[in-house]
Amino acid sequence: MTTKSLYQEVILDHNRKPRNYGKLDKASHHAVGHNPLCGDHLDIDLNLEGEHIEGIAFHGESCAICKASASMMTTVVKGKSLADAEMLIKEFRDMATGTLDLAHPHHLGRLTVFAGVRDLPTRVKCAILPWHTLHAALNSVSTTSTEAEDDPMHAAIGDA
Amino acid sequence: MKIIDSTLQPQIDSTLDVARVRADFPILKLQVEGKPLVYLDNAASSQMPQPVIDRLVRYQTSQHANINRGVHYLSETATAEYEAVRRKLQRFINAREDREVIFTSGTTDSINLVMHGYGRKFIGAGDEIILTTLEHHSNIVPWQMLAEEKGARIRVVPINDAGELLIDEYEKLFNERTKFVGVMHVSNALGTVNPIREMIAFAHARGVPVLVDGAQAAPHMKVDVQDLDCDFYAFSGHKMCGPTGIGILYGKAEFLERMQPFKGGGDMILSVTFERTTYNSIPHKFEAGTPPIAAAIGLGAAVDYLSNVGIDAIAAYEVELLTYATEQMRQIPGVRIIGTAAKKTAVLSFEMAGVHPHDVGTLLNQEGVAVRTGHHCVQPVMLRLKVPATTRASFAFYNTMAEVDTFIAGIRTVQKIFI
Repeated sequence: MTTKSLYQEVILDHNRKPRNYGKLDKASHHAVGHNPLCGDHLDIDLNLEGEHIEGIAFHGESCAICKASASMMTTVVKGKSLADAEMLIKEFRDMATGTLDLAHPHHLGRLTVFAGVRDLPTRVKCAILPWHTLHAALNSVSTTSTEAEDDPMHAAIGDA
Repeated sequence: MKIIDSTLQPQIDSTLDVARVRADFPILKLQVEGKPLVYLDNAASSQMPQPVIDRLVRYQTSQHANINRGVHYLSETATAEYEAVRRKLQRFINAREDREVIFTSGTTDSINLVMHGYGRKFIGAGDEIILTTLEHHSNIVPWQMLAEEKGARIRVVPINDAGELLIDEYEKLFNERTKFVGVMHVSNALGTVNPIREMIAFAHARGVPVLVDGAQAAPHMKVDVQDLDCDFYAFSGHKMCGPTGIGILYGKAEFLERMQPFKGGGDMILSVTFERTTYNSIPHKFEAGTPPIAAAIGLGAAVDYLSNVGIDAIAAYEVELLTYATEQMRQIPGVRIIGTAAKKTAVLSFEMAGVHPHDVGTLLNQEGVAVRTGHHCVQPVMLRLKVPATTRASFAFYNTMAEVDTFIAGIRTVQKIFI
């Protein structure tokens, strides 16, 4: 997949008009994700009712890949059970890091527009950050980072 | 033993034949994403010309052994070549003596050496260290570590919106507790050329020594440490067509002699017993262990190469590149140049309305154009200028006006994608 196909219209559209952008009035869960390599950050508000995500919103400063990933993520996980959301988080991370075989059954649907980041190691973190932050919010961890130890992409990208 | 000093006599030429120069850089023939590489990330690291690559091969195939040890032919050859590079660097920066030139692993290592060797011995509780807002993290963090350890205080010279140091404010920071000044010669993020000669004179009038981070200056302009009268000058090989892993710390002999060693080990000692170790004289006191000999040899060849092309010709040509690129950039609506100092090297940092630098970088790469995106290891500068990150194009003497056009066309393409 080439870089050009990563910047597809669906991604550009979600970047221009992010869905569920903003804050929730009454959030039951919240997390902030940071990408210290670029200074990007993302806030996610969640409203959990029982085992379901009733409400979700995000805001922050980020690149198009990160913002579109966050926007599409919110539309997909809204209304989903916690277990389904965690499954999507895992599948998305595996896709972005190139360990998911898209030929096999998965639940990512149109989120596969992000599959191209696997060929852009410096951009994988951008796509994953919202999912990482969602995971943190679901587990009531107040802040997270793409540099967290449990991040599969923890390997340094360069800082010179 | 024959001492081989392959110094080529600099042939100062006021004009630069860029086509001829480019032919020396094999990497510039590379295709990226099916397009000719346009390498505009020279402030991060420069590329290596064939004569330097050849020199590394020649060293490795016919001259390598450990230095300062063996009595055999190869060790003597390697030692002579290594020390010849020291003299080459002495001439390159016009140091008074070759023992004032210390090999380090790079600018960061050089600054850390001064922090440990000078700072930890001569800077104490309540003392003040003056740095500038423009400093690279490598000239901030070591001094913060020292300040924390000693209870010293860091004072910071502010900048204006153009990215120029406020010299009046610099002068006001001095008081009887001021013990050290650290300042970069040229800003890596903005290209600002700082008036270090005047700043050094001001500090010296108050008895305060000055370290200059010259990483971004040494490849782009004539550096004369005696004329500047700096007490320390640090720079890196890989930003001036040499290998990574090698750098230089210039220090005035009177300072280096008073300093404590930074790293302990072989080569930096005269004698060792478990009761007492006597340190070697400078520069060896600061060169513990086996140094990156091959990298040093490569740096020597890089200095020869730059001298042959002519540092003045390089500086003049790079100003032309900057002027042209700046003019082109100013014609694109929605693009704002970050760093507009009156005196600049060929560095063009910018932001684009509505487009994150990471997206700019990825999409320019698709056009074969390599730029740097992010905070450039100068988060205080980004904070002061209120930009989270920028895209930076940094030019070298092997870049062409046509490459500037490709870069500018790439910027317009990015804009089209995001509109």
